[in-house]
Amino acid sequence: MKLKGWKDVIPGAVCTEAGSALKFKTGSWRASRPKWIEDNCIQCLFCWIYCPDMAVNVKDGKMTGFNYDYCKGCGICALECPGKKGNKAIVMEEEGK
Amino acid sequence: MATPTGITLKELSKKEGLLTSGHRMCAGCGAPIIVKMVLLAAEGPIIAANATGCLEVSTCISDYTAWKIPWIHNAFENAAATLSGVETMYRSLKKQGKISKDIKFIAFGGDGGTYDIGLQSLSGAMERGHDMLYVCYDNGAYMNTGIQRSSATPFGADTTTCPAGSVIPGKTQNRKNLTKIMAAHNIPYAAQASPSHWMDLVKKVKKALSITGPKFMNILSPCNRGWRSRTDDAIMLSRLGVETCYWPLYEIEDGATKVTFKPKEKKPLVDFLKPQGRFKHLFAPENEWMLKKFQEIVDKEWESLLKSDSGRCDSKPSGKAPGAE
Amino acid sequence: MARVVAVTGNEAVAEALRQVNPDVSSAYPITPATDIMQRFTGFVSNGKVKTEMILVESEHSAMSGCIGASAAGGRVMTATSSQGLALMWEELFIASGTRLPIVMALVNRALSAPLNIHGDHSDGMGARDCGWIQLWSENAQDAYDNTIQAFRIAEHMDLRLPAMVCLDGFIISHSIERIEYIEDDKVKNFVGEFKNLNPLLDLEHPVSYGPLILPDYYMEYRKAHAEVMSKVAGVVLDVAKDFEKISGRKYGLFETYRLDDAEIGLVILNSAAGTSKDVIDAFREKGIKAGLLKPRLYRPFPYEEVGNALKHLKAVCVLDRADAFGASYGPLFMDIASSLYTCKEKPVLINKIYGLGGRDYLPEHAGLVLDELAGIAKTGKVKTFKEYIGVRE
Repeated sequence: MKLKGWKDVIPGAVCTEAGSALKFKTGSWRASRPKWIEDNCIQCLFCWIYCPDMAVNVKDGKMTGFNYDYCKGCGICALECPGKKGNKAIVMEEEGK
Repeated sequence: MATPTGITLKELSKKEGLLTSGHRMCAGCGAPIIVKMVLLAAEGPIIAANATGCLEVSTCISDYTAWKIPWIHNAFENAAATLSGVETMYRSLKKQGKISKDIKFIAFGGDGGTYDIGLQSLSGAMERGHDMLYVCYDNGAYMNTGIQRSSATPFGADTTTCPAGSVIPGKTQNRKNLTKIMAAHNIPYAAQASPSHWMDLVKKVKKALSITGPKFMNILSPCNRGWRSRTDDAIMLSRLGVETCYWPLYEIEDGATKVTFKPKEKKPLVDFLKPQGRFKHLFAPENEWMLKKFQEIVDKEWESLLKSDSGRCDSKPSGKAPGAE
Repeated sequence: MARVVAVTGNEAVAEALRQVNPDVSSAYPITPATDIMQRFTGFVSNGKVKTEMILVESEHSAMSGCIGASAAGGRVMTATSSQGLALMWEELFIASGTRLPIVMALVNRALSAPLNIHGDHSDGMGARDCGWIQLWSENAQDAYDNTIQAFRIAEHMDLRLPAMVCLDGFIISHSIERIEYIEDDKVKNFVGEFKNLNPLLDLEHPVSYGPLILPDYYMEYRKAHAEVMSKVAGVVLDVAKDFEKISGRKYGLFETYRLDDAEIGLVILNSAAGTSKDVIDAFREKGIKAGLLKPRLYRPFPYEEVGNALKHLKAVCVLDRADAFGASYGPLFMDIASSLYTCKEKPVLINKIYGLGGRDYLPEHAGLVLDELAGIAKTGKVKTFKEYIGVRE
């Protein structure tokens, strides 16, 4: 991306595009990735509420997977996942495998 | 407004997130979880202020802002004073008929920017009665500058400015009780919350925002870099903080204290300390006295809190704050 | 009709602020500026203005509140002095870097230690390079007029910079003078409606104020700030022209007094210029061609214009009411020397430090300096380039 010159920067360094951080993909930080095992999912949405990166996709009140563009692979979702009958619905796997 | 009931994650998940992905907080940080929950709890337009700190530098860099609401960062020690200015301009323009909408104001600051350098500014804003909620995300040290000791750093913790050495075993003082200091301003609402107990947190934010005037919330914010723990344990640790009564959940509403969570069985403090590298040295035989002392501190504060517990449930806030219109 | 009144400098500034009628003011008391905000809060309490006050717990919070209020979108002002300005120092840069058009009266006072509450310029000089516009005022009339013009200048859409109006503590702030007040409606029309630029309160266009800027962009913002400073002088002159229409009083970037044909001259800021002019008249009567230059727009400093105004003189003394410890000369001297740097012909420059901490500046001080300049003009010999005057050995 071409960097702006001094004539083009906004006076006072005000950011005028709300939510523009979406253009900054943090998924490349990930060392391990969460894997969703739908069969074990009870749709408790703990993964969604506890995700620091807003990287759990939810549609109509249901978890539908992860947004790997932003998921940093912290693993909170997997740790907090209650799963079904002792079987986790989210497990962490090494990235790139 | 009575405490809202029937809050479900399913319903919350249908709301628009006001802090977006693409922020640059470390993987597994507690702070964005807290901000997300606070903003999900709020209804209607919000304007936020942010003290300098991890949250601020990671959520607004150059042209990249993770905030979908109007947001202002000024400096380290003055989020409350800055938001005082925004809120006062809002009142001025509203009186003049130039603004019609109702807007809520929320400030976010870390413990350094709140307990320490920002305490005067916060105290002033609370005393003046501005209509704002100040949220401290307390991770117990100056994490943004590299884990230096703050007045929120717990007893015994190893930080980069009170390193556990052969003569001095980490922080030798207890932490300051900021929630009670804020309550002593006779503000209508002060509370402590933890992201592990999301429902309790969301209810408290909703209650706080239903009250006109100055409100304060202190929220435990795990930092895996500073606490030297795993990236996946922010919620687990904050839960242990609550269950060991290291971080009791309570609120002080119109002067009446209510403990909002009483663990059935109070867990030993070591359960909270053990997974954190910053307390590793406390488990050396020569520092056993510190573990004992730390447990005594926690027990004493918990007992004192229980004594002050009015048990009053879901009472209706008066809605009036000192100096608020 | 304009009202002729006998008032103090502080009272005059407070009256200007009443007439401008800002949306918000955030302020903290400090001698000798306290009186401005006391009088102004009187207007607030009695419904004479629409202003909402934030009576903060420190000057740091005063400027922080001004920054929040200004970013929110509206007209904002405050007043301070000395230690108060020093405590604001961090916020001064944030106000200017964020390009917020806050107007602040600065009642010039000495800085501690030792503690001293009286007039000198150490406070304003310490803040001269913080990216604000500085207008300096000789007397209560100047302070009143500058305050009104400062809003127009600061809020100009080509600038959007904070501005401070400087007046001497006690000497001007607390002395009663005869001045003329402009009619309320003329002032109101002159300053006009406040125009917003990216206000936080615009919910339809949510903006983020105060991002972290990394090395890839920081210099571009600094360069943009430096460039906008170069537009200030033009705006100051335009605003002065409009101001003359409502007041009949002329303002420029600086004032020259009997300077055109002068051979020796004084450069001096604020109230001491008045005393100096009297002494210059006395020297003129003796046939000595003396003159004076009194800067008004001190930041950004109009180097070229000042250089052109002074270059034909033989000897000039710059009188500084503040010293710059560790620098060779006082702050005003350094600016005057810089303004003459590119001139082929230029006067011999000497520097006197006077009047610190409220020490009187008397006609005989000006007389001694002019005598010395006359000697230098004749012989070209300088005894000492910089010294304190009015100080005991």
